[in-house]
Amino acid sequence: KAYVTTIVEQVKLLDRFSTSNKSLTGTLYLTATHLLFIDSSQRETWILHHHIAAVEKLPLTTSGCPLVIQCKNFRTVHFVVPRERDCHDIYNSLLQLSRTAKYEELYAFSYNPKQNESEQVKGWQLIDLTEEYKRMGVPNSNWQLSDANRDYKICETYPKELYVPRTASKPIIVGSSKFRSKGRFPVLSYYHKNKEAAICRCSQPLSGFSARCLEDEHMLQAISKANPSNRYMYVMDTRPKLNAMANRAAGKGYENEDNYSNIRFQFVGIENIHVMRSSLQKLLEVSGTKGLSVNDFLSGLENSGWLRHIKAVLDAAVFLVKAIAVESASVLVHCSDGWDRTSQVCSLGALLLDSYYRTIRGFMVLIEKDWISFGHKFSDRCCQLDGDPKEISPVFTQFLESVWNLTEQFPQAFEYNEAFLLQIHEHVHSCQFGNFLGNCQKEREELKLKEKTYSLWPFLLDEQKRYQNPLYNPDFSPELTLLEPNTVSFNFKFWRNMYHQFDRSMHPRQSVFNLIMNMSEQNKQLEQDIKELEANLVLRCEVHLNPHFSLE
Amino acid sequence: KVSASAASAWPSAPSRCPGSPPPSSGCPPPLAPQAMLRSSQPLTGPNRKRCREDEVLLGTVLDEGERGFIIDTRSAQAAKQARMTGGGTEPKSSYPQWRRLHRPLERGRQLQESFIKLVDACNDTTINMDRWLNRLESCRWLSHVKAALSTACLAAQCMDREEANVLVHGAEGTDTTLLVTALAQVILDPSCRTLAGFQGLLEREWIEAGHPFHLRCAHSAYSHARLKQEAPLFLLFLDCVWQLSRQFPFSLEFSERLLLTLFDNAYASAYGTFLCNNEKERCLCKVKENTHSLWAWLNQPGERQKYLNPLYSPNALVIWPSVEPQSIQLWQGLFFRWIRSSQYLDEAWAEIQWLVEGSEPPKDSAGNRLSRSLSDPTARPENAR
Repeated sequence: KAYVTTIVEQVKLLDRFSTSNKSLTGTLYLTATHLLFIDSSQRETWILHHHIAAVEKLPLTTSGCPLVIQCKNFRTVHFVVPRERDCHDIYNSLLQLSRTAKYEELYAFSYNPKQNESEQVKGWQLIDLTEEYKRMGVPNSNWQLSDANRDYKICETYPKELYVPRTASKPIIVGSSKFRSKGRFPVLSYYHKNKEAAICRCSQPLSGFSARCLEDEHMLQAISKANPSNRYMYVMDTRPKLNAMANRAAGKGYENEDNYSNIRFQFVGIENIHVMRSSLQKLLEVSGTKGLSVNDFLSGLENSGWLRHIKAVLDAAVFLVKAIAVESASVLVHCSDGWDRTSQVCSLGALLLDSYYRTIRGFMVLIEKDWISFGHKFSDRCCQLDGDPKEISPVFTQFLESVWNLTEQFPQAFEYNEAFLLQIHEHVHSCQFGNFLGNCQKEREELKLKEKTYSLWPFLLDEQKRYQNPLYNPDFSPELTLLEPNTVSFNFKFWRNMYHQFDRSMHPRQSVFNLIMNMSEQNKQLEQDIKELEANLVLRCEVHLNPHFSLE
Repeated sequence: KVSASAASAWPSAPSRCPGSPPPSSGCPPPLAPQAMLRSSQPLTGPNRKRCREDEVLLGTVLDEGERGFIIDTRSAQAAKQARMTGGGTEPKSSYPQWRRLHRPLERGRQLQESFIKLVDACNDTTINMDRWLNRLESCRWLSHVKAALSTACLAAQCMDREEANVLVHGAEGTDTTLLVTALAQVILDPSCRTLAGFQGLLEREWIEAGHPFHLRCAHSAYSHARLKQEAPLFLLFLDCVWQLSRQFPFSLEFSERLLLTLFDNAYASAYGTFLCNNEKERCLCKVKENTHSLWAWLNQPGERQKYLNPLYSPNALVIWPSVEPQSIQLWQGLFFRWIRSSQYLDEAWAEIQWLVEGSEPPKDSAGNRLSRSLSDPTARPENAR
């Protein structure tokens, strides 16, 4: 039921990259949730208001008033509205509709897929993190489930269920949380049962220049003691050294190796959210320019630094997995607040270590665990509400792009394909499902998302045929065998299918994926047919030989 | 007067290429009578010489009122300067029905330098990200790929969309000219995209047309000796064909492996196909009598298999590539061939082949079993209950 609020006719839709410079003429409709353009051949273009990142009115031309809409999924649409007055109205409406003041105004709260209540509830129960931790092998003799945060009293942005070393008592937990930015003390992110090593995550210590905290030091000792294979552990600060040092002046900073016994400290510089935001902006400027020369494109790409950042994220993940796989050492990862770069590095690291996360379901679990439950601020980073523009940053996009690079290097190692990654990205921004709304688990509970909205995961699982990689080989890497990507610079490619997803004229016009999927289907069907025919044949032979044999 | 130099005859045998009308109903397009010609530059010289025979020849190609396009692969400046050394361009007054377009394409020394720089950059594994993109940009190889594809598209568009005749030439007609005409044919003509058709194209447009392979493909990218005549035009052509295969993975009957083999053999070969600089030299050296042909070897039933594209499905339409920088990729299979293991990509490709062709036919296939059982009522299939 789309309640249409505005209709404008004779609007032109320009195609940025079409060689024929053609434009389509049609009618523009605005509803409460979408913008809809229907052209003269009845083709529909739907744009979700929540997907809109920016609307711009360009100077009046002879053909009308141009309106450029940039979406969060990198789609850019260029309309030309014949009358300036109409253009102005649409512009204002879109500005209003794309800004939301309250979560309840988001699409997720009105989206109705016509399921009954039990289906909705089951949808939310599809991914169970307690099951996941069990699969990893915790709790065990060294690691236990702590209920210290069950009312979010210790840390508001952490989940209720936290796994800590058995020797980490409640006073240690409380003390350590007081010494960590935003109370995000060291907890388990991933447990590698073969190596008995752990990936832990936290935020920066409030060490300033010289402050110490006995409980925090005990916490780290507990983590390294929980690893019987190795006496030392790594602490990875994913910030550039300069930034981390600057934080000391603000009473924060990083761990001093002198104070923490048995730790090896390592900076693996990944830039902060502001640098990433600006990097993406520059990339989009390049990709949005028509008629670019190869040199302008390459130098634009280089100036944005975007691929350099992707490489930095993957390099950090590689450092992490080497520590675990080669040295059997536990690793504690943090950045400033432990919800951006930390999420990237921990989740990518686990993906490289554990083939489960390379399956469709496993990837959903990974995102639920390291991104959603551990409080990556989806709402702020993806601008779900009309908030602080300085909080917006493509951190999750970079994670997906890193995974995409891995699927390109290891075409047979992943059960899912590029379309899966793109669809998840689409829905992180669409706010059609409740999973990514809000900034942390506590907020999601307060909003009663599980009762009022639907989960994305069953929706994706229903369509999983589209997301399967036909080349997937489950035996590619046996369980818990490492993926070792080559991160030399030339391995990183521009992700055309993400940044030009909607620019059809740029793409290979023939889809190898579709063909192979069809072939795969056909082969399976043919094999099935052969089995049936053979069975049928047996029956008929027996009838022929034995006249008393009944066909029933 | 018409040039009688050994390097190229003016005009050389016109290469005829059937144009195709824009796809409408999906049925195979009828052959339209457009022609694509290639030649070398007219020897107008500083005194604006004319050649009656040349004008008549070009005149007969066009019917009354028809237009033709001349695509000159030199810049307008360079073409003008060529007059000083006896060459030049077709003056508008003498060739009124022909419209001249300049699309400068890099060749010679510059192209070889570009190639060398690219290979250097690819070999440097210590390079960091920004410097890699920097070096990729500064070697300009991908720009040359884009320019070649664009010009070939232009020639193809003139024939297909404008339904006009096209004449392509540069200076000698043995380098960028052949690049454009050969590439345009791959774009326009589905028969050039079959394995046999492509071999025929190479024979016609590169070997017989007199591309000086011996001079151009002497030492490749690693040699310290920077030979004056060395230039990787043929590699540029192969790279452009590879770009087409990425954009249209079902439309070429041959695979990347063929392109790599051709690249190898152009520079060093056990076969005589790419020897010498032109047909005259090949006759003098008795190449046909004393060597084996690469095609003869490639076309053997066992060998041929290896060069086929399992995804091939004949496509009667014209294939128009996107020449946006985002669509042009670095030919990793060639430039990283010895630098980086392609094991996972090779395995994935083998998997694709397996999926498309079905598994190795076992000695006793299910189909055979079934037909045996049907003809012999007493035979029992293996998995009988």
